[in-house]
Amino acid sequence: MCHQSIGLIARALEASGVTTTSISSAWSITQSVNPPRAVFTDFPLGNTAGPPNQPDVQMAITRSALDLAYSTTEPGRIEALDHEWGEEWKTEARALVDHRTPRHDTPQYERMSDMASAIERHGEQLACPSC
Amino acid sequence: MGTAPPDELDPVDYIQVTRDSYALLGFDAYRWADNTDDPADFVSPAKPLSESKVVLIASGGVYRVGDIGFTHKDDLTHREIPTSAPTDELRVTHFAYDETSAKEDMNAIFPIDSLRAMVDAGEIGSLADVSLTFMGGIYSQRRLGETLMPAIVDRVAELEADIALLVPV
Repeated sequence: MCHQSIGLIARALEASGVTTTSISSAWSITQSVNPPRAVFTDFPLGNTAGPPNQPDVQMAITRSALDLAYSTTEPGRIEALDHEWGEEWKTEARALVDHRTPRHDTPQYERMSDMASAIERHGEQLACPSC
Repeated sequence: MGTAPPDELDPVDYIQVTRDSYALLGFDAYRWADNTDDPADFVSPAKPLSESKVVLIASGGVYRVGDIGFTHKDDLTHREIPTSAPTDELRVTHFAYDETSAKEDMNAIFPIDSLRAMVDAGEIGSLADVSLTFMGGIYSQRRLGETLMPAIVDRVAELEADIALLVPV
């Protein structure tokens, strides 16, 4: 859904007169939503902008995405980048296993300490209504 | 229509995977946005990148310590992360992807360090004062279009960004 949301927002931004570019790791979704332009990284979801702790690869991907804004002449281009992650991970990605966690309707935090910081700044009612 | 992947690529077809998963669970098929016959608008950059202001927009549920976290149920709000915020103050919450990489290095889904380095090197003119983040696992395209989308469009205009870099997960 993230790729869909991003693609739809990219279309809206471009319609408002702003040049957009994006990075995608879900070709079929990006092809369907059809944003103005995107580069494609064939990585497991959660690594769209590059593998962790590989700043050179991350930089190359970000640069490619921005360069695409200058090299395209019509909407709809998806440019495959040649960074590789192998193919093994795709077996699990294609398996029909639901990895999603429950969709909680209250604010969620990576760490308990983040919740405490948010409560301190915004109050319990906003930061943790279920506390 | 739409840009098909090149032959040498074998990308995971997440639309098909979702369709098959839902069928297995007995759910109705999700109706993905389909604009394959409706090309997007197209705006060429007005200035070279070295003179342009770039805004980063990311959907991976990124927030900064002190921010209210995202809910996982079609949260239509966004957070604004100062471009100057230290990367180690950034956190992530999302229900639909493996957050391991992001927790190890936020740049995997939020390439702020790359953008800062490109500014330092003179490749990018400047960054907007803030990056815009949200939890992109939003099922309702209608609610996205009514609430989050116009909020992001308005903020990008206020930030006077020339180019938006959008990163989903």
